[in-house]
Amino acid sequence: MALDRQTVLKIARLARIRVDEVDINRYASELSTILEFVEQMEQVDTNNVAPLSHPQDRLLRMREDKVTEDDQREVVQAVAPATENGLYLVPKVIE
Amino acid sequence: MYAETLKQLASDLRGKRCSSVELTTCYLDRMERCGTLNAFITIDADFSLDQARAADRLLENGDSRPLTGIPIAHKDIFCTQGMLTTCGSKILHNFTPPYDATLIGRCKEQGMVSLGKTNMDEFAMGSSNETSYFGPVKNPWDKNKVPGGSSGGSAATVAARLAAAATGTDTGGSVRQPAALCGITGLKPTYGRVSRYGMIAFASSLDQGGVLTQSAEDAALLLNVIAGFDPKDSTSVDEPVPDYTGDLSKDLTGLRIGLPKQYFDEGLASSVEQSTREALSVLEKLGARLIDIDLPNSELCVPCYYVIAPSEASSNLSRFDGVRYGYRSELYDDLVDMYMRTRSEGFGDEVKRRIMIGTYALSAGYYDAYYLKAQKLRRLITQDFELAFEQCDVIMGPTTPTPAFELGAKISDPISMYLNDIYTISANLSGLPGVSIPAGFVDGLPTGLQIIGPYFSESCLLNVGHRFQMETDWHKRIPGGFE
Repeated sequence: MALDRQTVLKIARLARIRVDEVDINRYASELSTILEFVEQMEQVDTNNVAPLSHPQDRLLRMREDKVTEDDQREVVQAVAPATENGLYLVPKVIE
Repeated sequence: MYAETLKQLASDLRGKRCSSVELTTCYLDRMERCGTLNAFITIDADFSLDQARAADRLLENGDSRPLTGIPIAHKDIFCTQGMLTTCGSKILHNFTPPYDATLIGRCKEQGMVSLGKTNMDEFAMGSSNETSYFGPVKNPWDKNKVPGGSSGGSAATVAARLAAAATGTDTGGSVRQPAALCGITGLKPTYGRVSRYGMIAFASSLDQGGVLTQSAEDAALLLNVIAGFDPKDSTSVDEPVPDYTGDLSKDLTGLRIGLPKQYFDEGLASSVEQSTREALSVLEKLGARLIDIDLPNSELCVPCYYVIAPSEASSNLSRFDGVRYGYRSELYDDLVDMYMRTRSEGFGDEVKRRIMIGTYALSAGYYDAYYLKAQKLRRLITQDFELAFEQCDVIMGPTTPTPAFELGAKISDPISMYLNDIYTISANLSGLPGVSIPAGFVDGLPTGLQIIGPYFSESCLLNVGHRFQMETDWHKRIPGGFE
Protein backbone atom coordinates (compact mmCIF):
# COMPACT_ATOMS: atom_id res chain seq x y z
CA MET A 1 0.00 0.00 0.00
CA ALA A 2 1.89 3.09 -1.19
CA LEU A 3 1.13 6.21 0.79
CA ASP A 4 0.67 9.50 -0.98
CA ARG A 5 1.55 13.01 0.21
CA GLN A 6 -1.95 13.76 1.39
CA THR A 7 -2.10 10.67 3.54
CA VAL A 8 1.28 11.33 5.13
CA LEU A 9 0.20 14.84 6.06
CA LYS A 10 -3.12 13.58 7.38
CA ILE A 11 -1.45 10.95 9.59
CA ALA A 12 1.07 13.51 10.80
CA ARG A 13 -1.71 15.84 11.80
CA LEU A 14 -3.57 13.07 13.66
CA ALA A 15 -0.33 12.14 15.42
CA ARG A 16 0.44 15.79 16.15
CA ILE A 17 3.87 15.46 14.58
CA ARG A 18 5.17 18.19 12.30
CA VAL A 19 6.47 16.89 9.00
CA ASP A 20 8.50 19.35 6.94
CA GLU A 21 8.04 19.52 3.17
CA VAL A 22 11.51 18.05 2.61
CA ASP A 23 10.68 15.00 4.69
CA ILE A 24 7.30 14.08 3.20
CA ASN A 25 8.69 11.81 0.50
CA ARG A 26 11.00 10.04 2.92
CA TYR A 27 8.12 9.36 5.30
CA ALA A 28 5.90 8.22 2.42
CA SER A 29 8.56 5.79 1.28
CA GLU A 30 9.50 4.43 4.74
CA LEU A 31 5.92 4.05 5.90
CA SER A 32 4.90 2.40 2.63
CA THR A 33 7.70 -0.15 2.98
CA ILE A 34 6.55 -1.05 6.48
CA LEU A 35 2.90 -1.24 5.44
CA GLU A 36 3.76 -3.51 2.52
CA PHE A 37 5.69 -5.71 4.92
CA VAL A 38 2.78 -6.05 7.36
CA GLU A 39 0.34 -6.83 4.56
CA GLN A 40 1.69 -10.40 4.73
CA MET A 41 -0.98 -10.82 7.42
CA GLU A 42 -3.49 -11.14 4.58
CA GLN A 43 -2.11 -14.63 3.90
CA VAL A 44 -4.03 -16.00 6.87
CA ASP A 45 -7.79 -16.44 7.05
CA THR A 46 -8.99 -14.92 10.31
CA ASN A 47 -12.69 -14.87 9.51
CA ASN A 48 -14.00 -16.67 12.55
CA VAL A 49 -11.25 -15.67 14.93
CA ALA A 50 -11.86 -13.36 17.89
CA PRO A 51 -9.19 -10.70 18.47
CA LEU A 52 -6.83 -11.22 21.41
CA SER A 53 -5.98 -7.90 23.02
CA HIS A 54 -4.94 -9.07 26.47
CA PRO A 55 -2.81 -12.19 27.03
CA GLN A 56 -4.77 -15.03 28.61
CA ASP A 57 -7.97 -13.15 27.67
CA ARG A 58 -7.88 -11.42 31.01
CA LEU A 59 -10.07 -8.46 31.78
CA LEU A 60 -8.79 -5.31 33.41
CA ARG A 61 -9.41 -5.28 37.11
CA MET A 62 -11.87 -2.74 38.49
CA ARG A 63 -11.58 -1.05 41.86
CA GLU A 64 -13.99 0.67 44.20
CA ASP A 65 -14.90 4.21 43.21
CA LYS A 66 -13.27 5.76 46.27
CA VAL A 67 -10.70 8.54 46.47
CA THR A 68 -7.40 7.06 47.59
CA GLU A 69 -4.90 9.67 46.40
CA ASP A 70 -4.11 12.91 48.20
CA ASP A 71 -3.33 16.31 46.73
CA GLN A 72 0.18 16.20 45.26
CA ARG A 73 -0.24 18.98 42.75
CA GLU A 74 2.87 20.88 43.85
CA VAL A 75 5.11 17.86 43.57
CA VAL A 76 3.65 16.83 40.23
CA GLN A 77 3.77 20.33 38.75
CA ALA A 78 7.35 20.90 39.85
CA VAL A 79 8.53 19.35 36.56
CA ALA A 80 6.20 21.30 34.29
CA PRO A 81 7.57 23.73 31.65
CA ALA A 82 5.17 26.51 32.68
CA THR A 83 2.58 26.84 35.41
CA GLU A 84 0.70 29.57 37.22
CA ASN A 85 -1.58 29.29 40.23
CA GLY A 86 -1.67 25.54 39.96
CA LEU A 87 -2.60 25.62 36.29
CA TYR A 88 -0.51 24.49 33.30
CA LEU A 89 0.25 27.31 30.88
CA VAL A 90 -0.12 26.76 27.15
CA PRO A 91 -0.58 29.07 24.13
CA LYS A 92 -4.01 30.71 23.99
CA VAL A 93 -6.70 28.44 22.58
CA ILE A 94 -9.82 30.61 22.69
CA GLU A 95 -9.88 33.87 20.79
CA MET B 1 34.59 -9.20 43.62
CA TYR B 2 32.94 -7.54 40.62
CA ALA B 3 32.78 -10.80 38.68
CA GLU B 4 30.84 -12.59 41.39
CA THR B 5 27.25 -13.63 40.97
CA LEU B 6 24.38 -12.28 43.05
CA LYS B 7 24.44 -15.54 44.96
CA GLN B 8 28.14 -15.23 45.83
CA LEU B 9 27.89 -11.52 46.64
CA ALA B 10 24.90 -12.05 48.93
CA SER B 11 26.92 -14.66 50.79
CA ASP B 12 29.99 -12.40 50.98
CA LEU B 13 27.93 -9.52 52.36
CA ARG B 14 26.21 -11.64 54.99
CA GLY B 15 29.52 -13.28 55.88
CA LYS B 16 31.09 -9.81 56.26
CA ARG B 17 33.79 -10.63 53.72
CA CYS B 18 33.00 -7.32 52.08
CA SER B 19 30.69 -4.36 52.65
CA SER B 20 28.11 -2.84 50.36
CA VAL B 21 30.17 0.37 50.32
CA GLU B 22 33.25 -1.56 49.11
CA LEU B 23 31.22 -3.33 46.43
CA THR B 24 29.44 -0.18 45.29
CA THR B 25 32.72 1.77 45.13
CA CYS B 26 34.25 -1.01 43.07
CA TYR B 27 31.42 -0.94 40.52
CA LEU B 28 31.34 2.86 40.37
CA ASP B 29 35.08 2.83 39.54
CA ARG B 30 34.58 0.26 36.81
CA MET B 31 31.65 2.21 35.38
CA GLU B 32 33.84 5.28 35.13
CA ARG B 33 36.76 3.45 33.54
CA CYS B 34 34.46 1.76 31.05
CA GLY B 35 32.61 4.92 30.07
CA THR B 36 33.29 4.37 26.36
CA LEU B 37 30.67 1.61 26.32
CA ASN B 38 28.13 4.41 26.91
CA ALA B 39 26.06 1.98 28.94
CA PHE B 40 24.78 4.58 31.41
CA ILE B 41 22.71 7.72 30.98
CA THR B 42 22.66 8.81 34.65
CA ILE B 43 25.06 8.03 37.48
CA ASP B 44 24.94 9.62 40.93
CA ALA B 45 27.84 8.20 42.93
CA ASP B 46 26.95 10.02 46.17
CA PHE B 47 23.40 8.73 46.05
CA SER B 48 24.62 5.18 45.40
CA LEU B 49 27.07 5.35 48.31
CA ASP B 50 24.35 6.68 50.64
CA GLN B 51 22.24 3.66 49.77
CA ALA B 52 25.23 1.39 50.31
CA ARG B 53 25.84 2.86 53.77
CA ALA B 54 22.19 2.33 54.66
CA ALA B 55 22.42 -1.25 53.42
CA ASP B 56 25.56 -1.89 55.49
CA ARG B 57 23.65 -0.69 58.57
CA LEU B 58 20.85 -3.16 57.82
CA LEU B 59 23.39 -5.95 57.35
CA GLU B 60 25.02 -4.97 60.65
CA ASN B 61 21.73 -5.11 62.55
CA GLY B 62 20.80 -8.45 61.08
CA ASP B 63 17.82 -6.71 59.44
CA SER B 64 18.79 -7.70 55.97
CA ARG B 65 16.97 -9.50 53.14
CA PRO B 66 18.47 -11.91 50.60
CA LEU B 67 19.79 -9.21 48.24
CA THR B 68 20.41 -6.34 50.69
CA GLY B 69 23.47 -4.33 49.78
CA ILE B 70 23.80 -5.67 46.25
CA PRO B 71 24.42 -2.97 43.62
CA ILE B 72 22.38 -3.18 40.42
CA ALA B 73 21.64 -0.95 37.46
CA HIS B 74 18.18 0.00 36.22
CA LYS B 75 17.04 0.56 32.65
CA ASP B 76 16.17 4.24 32.20
CA ILE B 77 12.54 3.34 31.52
CA PHE B 78 11.71 2.86 35.20
CA CYS B 79 10.66 6.02 37.01
CA THR B 80 13.07 6.75 39.84
CA GLN B 81 11.99 9.42 42.29
CA GLY B 82 14.34 12.39 42.28
CA MET B 83 16.55 10.89 39.59
CA LEU B 84 16.45 11.72 35.91
CA THR B 85 14.40 9.23 33.85
CA THR B 86 14.76 9.84 30.13
CA CYS B 87 13.59 6.68 28.37
CA GLY B 88 16.53 7.33 26.01
CA SER B 89 14.66 10.31 24.55
CA LYS B 90 15.16 14.05 24.07
CA ILE B 91 11.51 14.56 24.95
CA LEU B 92 12.25 13.39 28.50
CA HIS B 93 15.87 14.55 28.72
CA ASN B 94 14.93 16.82 31.64
CA PHE B 95 12.31 14.67 33.36
CA THR B 96 12.72 13.86 37.04
CA PRO B 97 9.81 11.70 38.21
CA PRO B 98 8.13 12.51 41.51
CA TYR B 99 7.67 8.81 42.26
CA ASP B 100 9.32 5.39 42.03
CA ALA B 101 8.15 2.59 39.78
CA THR B 102 6.90 -0.40 41.78
CA LEU B 103 9.85 -2.46 40.54
CA ILE B 104 12.24 0.22 41.84
CA GLY B 105 10.37 0.35 45.15
CA ARG B 106 10.69 -3.39 45.61
CA CYS B 107 14.46 -3.28 45.01
CA LYS B 108 14.69 -0.42 47.53
CA GLU B 109 12.68 -2.35 50.13
CA GLN B 110 15.12 -5.17 49.64
CA GLY B 111 17.93 -2.72 50.46
CA MET B 112 19.57 -3.04 47.07
CA VAL B 113 21.81 -0.23 45.81
CA SER B 114 21.05 1.52 42.54
CA LEU B 115 24.18 2.24 40.50
CA GLY B 116 22.35 4.41 37.99
CA LYS B 117 20.13 4.38 34.89
CA THR B 118 21.18 2.47 31.85
CA ASN B 119 21.07 3.55 28.24
CA MET B 120 18.37 2.15 25.96
CA ASP B 121 16.76 2.50 22.56
CA GLU B 122 14.43 5.50 22.59
CA PHE B 123 11.10 4.54 24.20
CA ALA B 124 12.26 0.91 24.01
CA MET B 125 11.86 0.95 20.23
CA GLY B 126 14.82 -0.80 18.73
CA SER B 127 16.95 -3.93 18.65
CA SER B 128 20.41 -2.41 18.70
CA ASN B 129 20.49 0.48 21.22
CA GLU B 130 21.28 2.82 18.31
CA THR B 131 18.15 4.95 18.53
CA SER B 132 18.97 6.46 21.93
CA TYR B 133 19.16 10.25 22.09
CA PHE B 134 22.23 9.71 24.26
CA GLY B 135 24.18 7.79 21.63
CA PRO B 136 24.62 4.08 20.95
CA VAL B 137 25.88 1.53 23.44
CA LYS B 138 28.86 -0.62 22.41
CA ASN B 139 28.96 -4.39 22.79
CA PRO B 140 31.72 -5.22 25.32
CA TRP B 141 32.69 -8.29 23.23
CA ASP B 142 33.45 -6.08 20.21
CA LYS B 143 33.07 -2.32 20.41
CA ASN B 144 32.22 -2.10 16.71
CA LYS B 145 29.16 -4.22 17.27
CA VAL B 146 25.76 -3.49 18.76
CA PRO B 147 24.85 -4.89 22.19
CA GLY B 148 21.27 -5.48 21.05
CA GLY B 149 18.24 -3.57 22.28
CA SER B 150 16.30 -2.03 23.60
CA SER B 151 17.91 -2.96 26.97
CA GLY B 152 21.38 -2.61 25.44
CA GLY B 153 22.80 -0.54 28.28
CA SER B 154 21.68 -3.06 30.89
CA ALA B 155 23.04 -5.98 28.86
CA ALA B 156 26.42 -4.34 28.24
CA THR B 157 26.60 -3.41 31.95
CA VAL B 158 26.15 -6.98 33.14
CA ALA B 159 28.37 -8.50 30.42
CA ALA B 160 31.22 -6.12 31.34
CA ARG B 161 30.56 -6.75 35.03
CA LEU B 162 29.90 -3.07 35.72
CA ALA B 163 27.04 -4.20 37.96
CA ALA B 164 26.05 -7.51 39.50
CA ALA B 165 22.76 -7.50 37.58
CA ALA B 166 20.40 -5.10 35.83
CA THR B 167 16.73 -4.61 35.13
CA GLY B 168 15.24 -4.26 31.67
CA THR B 169 11.97 -4.39 29.78
CA ASP B 170 10.90 -6.70 27.00
CA THR B 171 8.17 -5.82 24.50
CA GLY B 172 9.38 -7.76 21.43
CA GLY B 173 12.58 -9.27 22.81
CA SER B 174 14.29 -6.31 24.41
CA VAL B 175 15.65 -8.27 27.39
CA ARG B 176 16.30 -11.62 25.69
CA GLN B 177 17.90 -10.40 22.46
CA PRO B 178 20.53 -8.10 24.06
CA ALA B 179 21.20 -10.82 26.64
CA ALA B 180 21.96 -13.21 23.78
CA LEU B 181 24.16 -10.73 21.91
CA CYS B 182 26.09 -9.91 25.10
CA GLY B 183 26.49 -13.45 26.41
CA ILE B 184 24.37 -13.15 29.54
CA THR B 185 21.08 -14.46 30.91
CA GLY B 186 17.93 -12.46 30.20
CA LEU B 187 14.45 -13.29 31.48
CA LYS B 188 11.08 -11.95 30.35
CA PRO B 189 8.44 -13.15 32.82
CA THR B 190 4.82 -14.01 32.00
CA TYR B 191 2.77 -10.94 31.12
CA GLY B 192 1.35 -9.59 34.36
CA ARG B 193 4.01 -11.18 36.60
CA VAL B 194 5.97 -7.96 37.17
CA SER B 195 4.22 -4.66 37.80
CA ARG B 196 4.25 -2.06 35.03
CA TYR B 197 3.44 0.80 37.40
CA GLY B 198 6.06 3.49 36.82
CA MET B 199 7.47 1.68 33.79
CA ILE B 200 7.16 4.13 30.92
CA ALA B 201 4.72 2.49 28.53
CA PHE B 202 5.57 1.54 24.97
CA ALA B 203 2.99 -1.16 24.10
CA SER B 204 0.78 -1.88 27.07
CA SER B 205 -0.32 -5.39 26.13
CA LEU B 206 3.23 -6.51 25.34
CA ASP B 207 5.55 -4.70 27.79
CA GLN B 208 6.97 -6.65 30.70
CA GLY B 209 9.74 -5.84 33.18
CA GLY B 210 12.56 -8.37 33.22
CA VAL B 211 16.06 -9.08 34.50
CA LEU B 212 19.54 -9.37 32.99
CA THR B 213 21.95 -11.42 35.09
CA GLN B 214 25.04 -13.60 34.93
CA SER B 215 23.08 -16.80 35.50
CA ALA B 216 19.67 -18.43 35.73
CA GLU B 217 20.17 -18.72 39.48
CA ASP B 218 20.73 -14.98 39.75
CA ALA B 219 17.66 -14.37 37.59
CA ALA B 220 15.64 -16.45 40.06
CA LEU B 221 16.98 -14.44 43.02
CA LEU B 222 16.12 -11.13 41.37
CA LEU B 223 12.74 -12.29 40.10
CA ASN B 224 11.87 -13.17 43.71
CA VAL B 225 12.30 -9.46 44.50
CA ILE B 226 10.38 -7.89 41.64
CA ALA B 227 7.58 -10.36 40.91
CA GLY B 228 4.16 -10.14 42.48
CA PHE B 229 0.72 -8.58 42.36
CA ASP B 230 0.50 -4.79 42.40
CA PRO B 231 -2.90 -3.13 42.88
CA LYS B 232 -1.54 -0.04 41.09
CA ASP B 233 -1.17 -1.97 37.80
CA SER B 234 -4.54 -3.03 36.40
CA THR B 235 -2.84 -5.71 34.30
CA SER B 236 -0.93 -7.17 37.23
CA VAL B 237 -1.92 -10.78 37.86
CA ASP B 238 -2.78 -11.91 41.37
CA GLU B 239 -0.88 -15.16 41.17
CA PRO B 240 1.24 -16.35 44.12
CA VAL B 241 5.00 -15.87 43.84
CA PRO B 242 6.92 -19.09 44.49
CA ASP B 243 10.57 -19.08 45.56
CA TYR B 244 12.04 -19.15 42.07
CA THR B 245 15.26 -20.71 43.40
CA GLY B 246 13.32 -23.72 44.74
CA ASP B 247 13.37 -25.94 41.65
CA LEU B 248 16.65 -24.84 40.10
CA SER B 249 18.44 -28.16 40.53
CA LYS B 250 15.56 -30.44 39.60
CA ASP B 251 16.48 -33.38 37.42
CA LEU B 252 15.71 -32.92 33.71
CA THR B 253 15.05 -36.58 32.88
CA GLY B 254 12.00 -36.85 30.69
CA LEU B 255 11.78 -33.12 29.97
CA ARG B 256 10.17 -32.73 26.54
CA ILE B 257 11.81 -29.93 24.56
CA GLY B 258 9.84 -28.77 21.52
CA LEU B 259 11.90 -27.46 18.59
CA PRO B 260 9.75 -25.48 16.16
CA LYS B 261 10.84 -26.17 12.59
CA GLN B 262 10.15 -22.49 11.87
CA TYR B 263 12.99 -21.52 14.22
CA PHE B 264 15.51 -23.59 12.23
CA ASP B 265 14.86 -22.50 8.65
CA GLU B 266 16.85 -20.44 6.09
CA GLY B 267 16.48 -17.30 8.19
CA LEU B 268 18.88 -18.76 10.78
CA ALA B 269 22.64 -18.33 10.27
CA SER B 270 24.16 -21.81 10.00
CA SER B 271 26.85 -20.99 12.56
CA VAL B 272 24.17 -20.06 15.09
CA GLU B 273 22.21 -23.20 14.22
CA GLN B 274 25.26 -25.32 14.93
CA SER B 275 25.88 -23.58 18.23
CA THR B 276 22.21 -24.04 19.18
CA ARG B 277 22.15 -27.74 18.32
CA GLU B 278 25.34 -28.35 20.32
CA ALA B 279 23.71 -26.65 23.29
CA LEU B 280 20.59 -28.78 22.89
CA SER B 281 22.69 -31.94 22.92
CA VAL B 282 23.93 -30.97 26.40
CA LEU B 283 20.31 -31.04 27.55
CA GLU B 284 19.76 -34.38 25.83
CA LYS B 285 22.65 -35.81 27.83
CA LEU B 286 20.87 -34.59 30.96
CA GLY B 287 17.89 -36.71 30.05
CA ALA B 288 15.75 -34.31 28.04
CA ARG B 289 13.99 -35.39 24.86
CA LEU B 290 13.99 -33.24 21.70
CA ILE B 291 10.69 -33.21 19.80
CA ASP B 292 10.03 -31.51 16.47
CA ILE B 293 7.00 -29.26 16.63
CA ASP B 294 5.16 -26.89 14.37
CA LEU B 295 4.22 -23.28 15.08
CA PRO B 296 2.51 -22.63 11.75
CA ASN B 297 1.78 -18.92 12.23
CA SER B 298 5.33 -18.13 13.39
CA GLU B 299 6.35 -16.39 10.22
CA LEU B 300 3.67 -13.79 10.68
CA CYS B 301 4.76 -12.82 14.19
CA VAL B 302 6.90 -9.96 12.97
CA PRO B 303 4.28 -8.24 10.76
CA CYS B 304 1.64 -8.85 13.43
CA TYR B 305 3.83 -7.24 16.10
CA TYR B 306 4.73 -4.32 13.86
CA VAL B 307 1.07 -3.38 13.68
CA ILE B 308 0.12 -3.97 17.32
CA ALA B 309 3.17 -2.43 18.98
CA PRO B 310 3.21 0.81 16.98
CA SER B 311 -0.57 1.12 17.40
CA GLU B 312 -0.34 0.87 21.16
CA ALA B 313 2.71 3.12 21.13
CA SER B 314 0.89 5.81 19.16
CA SER B 315 -1.67 5.89 21.93
CA ASN B 316 0.81 5.72 24.83
CA LEU B 317 3.12 8.37 23.41
CA SER B 318 0.33 10.86 22.84
CA ARG B 319 0.88 12.05 26.41
CA PHE B 320 4.21 13.60 25.40
CA ASP B 321 2.99 17.02 24.32
CA GLY B 322 5.18 19.50 26.18
CA VAL B 323 2.37 20.55 28.55
CA ARG B 324 2.97 18.81 31.85
CA TYR B 325 6.56 17.55 31.70
CA GLY B 326 9.52 17.02 29.43
CA TYR B 327 10.74 18.95 26.43
CA ARG B 328 8.71 21.82 25.00
CA SER B 329 9.61 23.45 21.72
CA GLU B 330 10.84 27.03 21.98
CA LEU B 331 9.00 28.65 19.08
CA TYR B 332 5.40 27.98 18.15
CA ASP B 333 2.39 29.86 16.83
CA ASP B 334 -0.46 28.20 18.69
CA LEU B 335 -1.30 25.14 20.76
CA VAL B 336 -1.44 22.64 17.92
CA ASP B 337 1.78 24.04 16.53
CA MET B 338 3.35 23.64 19.98
CA TYR B 339 2.30 19.99 20.10
CA MET B 340 3.55 19.33 16.57
CA ARG B 341 6.91 21.00 16.95
CA THR B 342 7.53 19.59 20.44
CA ARG B 343 6.88 16.07 19.26
CA SER B 344 8.71 16.42 15.97
CA GLU B 345 11.78 17.89 17.69
CA GLY B 346 11.58 15.73 20.80
CA PHE B 347 11.16 12.30 19.22
CA GLY B 348 13.76 10.48 17.12
CA ASP B 349 13.15 9.01 13.66
CA GLU B 350 12.28 5.45 14.67
CA VAL B 351 9.79 6.64 17.30
CA LYS B 352 8.12 8.98 14.83
CA ARG B 353 7.96 6.21 12.23
CA ARG B 354 6.24 3.89 14.66
CA ILE B 355 3.81 6.51 15.92
CA MET B 356 2.82 7.25 12.33
CA ILE B 357 2.36 3.56 11.44
CA GLY B 358 0.31 3.09 14.58
CA THR B 359 -1.80 6.16 13.91
CA TYR B 360 -2.52 4.92 10.40
CA ALA B 361 -3.35 1.39 11.55
CA LEU B 362 -5.84 2.72 14.09
CA SER B 363 -7.41 5.37 11.90
CA ALA B 364 -10.94 5.21 10.53
CA GLY B 365 -11.11 2.96 7.51
CA TYR B 366 -7.91 1.09 8.33
CA TYR B 367 -8.55 -0.21 11.86
CA ASP B 368 -10.13 -3.47 10.67
CA ALA B 369 -7.56 -4.23 8.00
CA TYR B 370 -4.57 -3.63 10.23
CA TYR B 371 -5.10 -3.49 14.01
CA LEU B 372 -8.07 -5.83 14.27
CA LYS B 373 -6.51 -8.24 11.77
CA ALA B 374 -3.30 -8.28 13.80
CA GLN B 375 -5.17 -9.00 17.05
CA LYS B 376 -6.92 -11.96 15.38
CA LEU B 377 -3.61 -13.26 14.10
CA ARG B 378 -2.31 -12.81 17.63
CA ARG B 379 -4.93 -15.26 18.87
CA LEU B 380 -3.87 -17.82 16.25
CA ILE B 381 -0.21 -17.40 17.20
CA THR B 382 -1.14 -17.93 20.87
CA GLN B 383 -3.21 -21.01 20.00
CA ASP B 384 -0.21 -22.50 18.17
CA PHE B 385 1.66 -22.40 21.50
CA GLU B 386 -1.25 -23.90 23.45
CA LEU B 387 -1.34 -26.83 21.05
CA ALA B 388 2.43 -27.20 21.12
CA PHE B 389 2.49 -27.34 24.92
CA GLU B 390 0.32 -30.44 24.74
CA GLN B 391 3.30 -32.22 23.19
CA CYS B 392 6.19 -30.64 25.07
CA ASP B 393 7.07 -28.97 28.36
CA VAL B 394 9.23 -26.16 26.99
CA ILE B 395 9.95 -24.76 23.53
CA MET B 396 13.52 -23.94 22.59
CA GLY B 397 15.59 -22.54 19.80
CA PRO B 398 18.08 -19.79 19.04
CA THR B 399 17.28 -16.40 20.60
CA THR B 400 18.49 -14.48 17.53
CA PRO B 401 19.14 -15.40 13.87
CA THR B 402 22.68 -14.01 13.96
CA PRO B 403 25.20 -12.84 16.54
CA ALA B 404 25.77 -9.11 17.13
CA PHE B 405 25.98 -7.05 13.94
CA GLU B 406 28.03 -3.93 13.16
CA LEU B 407 26.96 -0.57 14.53
CA GLY B 408 25.27 1.28 11.70
CA ALA B 409 24.67 -1.83 9.60
CA LYS B 410 20.88 -1.99 9.93
CA ILE B 411 19.81 1.41 11.21
CA SER B 412 18.76 2.62 7.74
CA ASP B 413 16.78 -0.51 6.98
CA PRO B 414 13.92 -0.81 9.48
CA ILE B 415 12.63 -4.15 8.18
CA SER B 416 16.05 -5.74 8.42
CA MET B 417 16.29 -4.44 12.00
CA TYR B 418 12.80 -5.76 12.83
CA LEU B 419 13.73 -9.27 11.67
CA ASN B 420 16.21 -9.56 14.56
CA ASP B 421 13.23 -10.18 16.80
CA ILE B 422 11.87 -13.08 14.79
CA TYR B 423 12.24 -15.66 17.55
CA THR B 424 11.48 -13.47 20.53
CA ILE B 425 8.33 -11.61 19.47
CA SER B 426 5.92 -14.54 19.76
CA ALA B 427 6.42 -14.74 23.54
CA ASN B 428 5.31 -11.11 23.86
CA LEU B 429 2.29 -11.57 21.59
CA SER B 430 1.14 -14.60 23.57
CA GLY B 431 2.24 -13.28 27.00
CA LEU B 432 4.38 -16.37 27.66
CA PRO B 433 7.59 -16.27 29.73
CA GLY B 434 10.93 -16.65 27.96
CA VAL B 435 14.59 -16.70 28.95
CA SER B 436 17.78 -16.49 26.91
CA ILE B 437 20.88 -18.21 28.24
CA PRO B 438 24.42 -18.04 26.84
CA ALA B 439 24.97 -21.02 24.56
CA GLY B 440 28.32 -20.57 22.90
CA PHE B 441 30.28 -18.33 20.58
CA VAL B 442 30.37 -17.69 16.85
CA ASP B 443 33.41 -15.78 15.53
CA GLY B 444 34.14 -14.57 19.06
CA LEU B 445 30.60 -13.28 19.60
CA PRO B 446 28.08 -14.81 22.01
CA THR B 447 24.91 -16.64 20.97
CA GLY B 448 21.85 -17.36 23.07
CA LEU B 449 19.55 -20.32 23.57
CA GLN B 450 15.95 -19.33 24.19
CA ILE B 451 13.56 -21.27 26.42
CA ILE B 452 9.83 -20.47 26.27
CA GLY B 453 7.35 -22.02 28.67
CA PRO B 454 3.65 -22.01 29.53
CA TYR B 455 2.18 -19.18 31.60
CA PHE B 456 3.85 -18.78 35.00
CA SER B 457 6.42 -21.51 34.32
CA GLU B 458 9.40 -19.31 35.22
CA SER B 459 10.61 -21.88 37.78
CA CYS B 460 10.79 -24.51 35.05
CA LEU B 461 12.60 -22.21 32.59
CA LEU B 462 15.15 -21.25 35.22
CA ASN B 463 15.58 -24.91 36.21
CA VAL B 464 16.49 -25.81 32.62
CA GLY B 465 18.81 -22.81 32.42
CA HIS B 466 20.49 -23.63 35.72
CA ARG B 467 21.07 -27.30 34.88
CA PHE B 468 22.55 -26.24 31.52
CA GLN B 469 24.81 -23.76 33.32
CA MET B 470 26.01 -26.47 35.69
CA GLU B 471 27.33 -28.37 32.63
CA THR B 472 28.71 -25.43 30.63
CA ASP B 473 30.68 -22.30 31.38
CA TRP B 474 29.51 -19.92 28.63
CA HIS B 475 27.80 -17.79 31.27
CA LYS B 476 31.07 -17.34 33.17
CA ARG B 477 32.98 -15.88 30.24
CA ILE B 478 33.93 -12.22 30.50
CA PRO B 479 34.79 -10.10 27.45
CA GLY B 480 38.48 -9.28 26.87
CA GLY B 481 39.57 -6.13 28.67
CA PHE B 482 36.85 -6.41 31.31
CA GLU B 483 38.15 -9.37 33.33
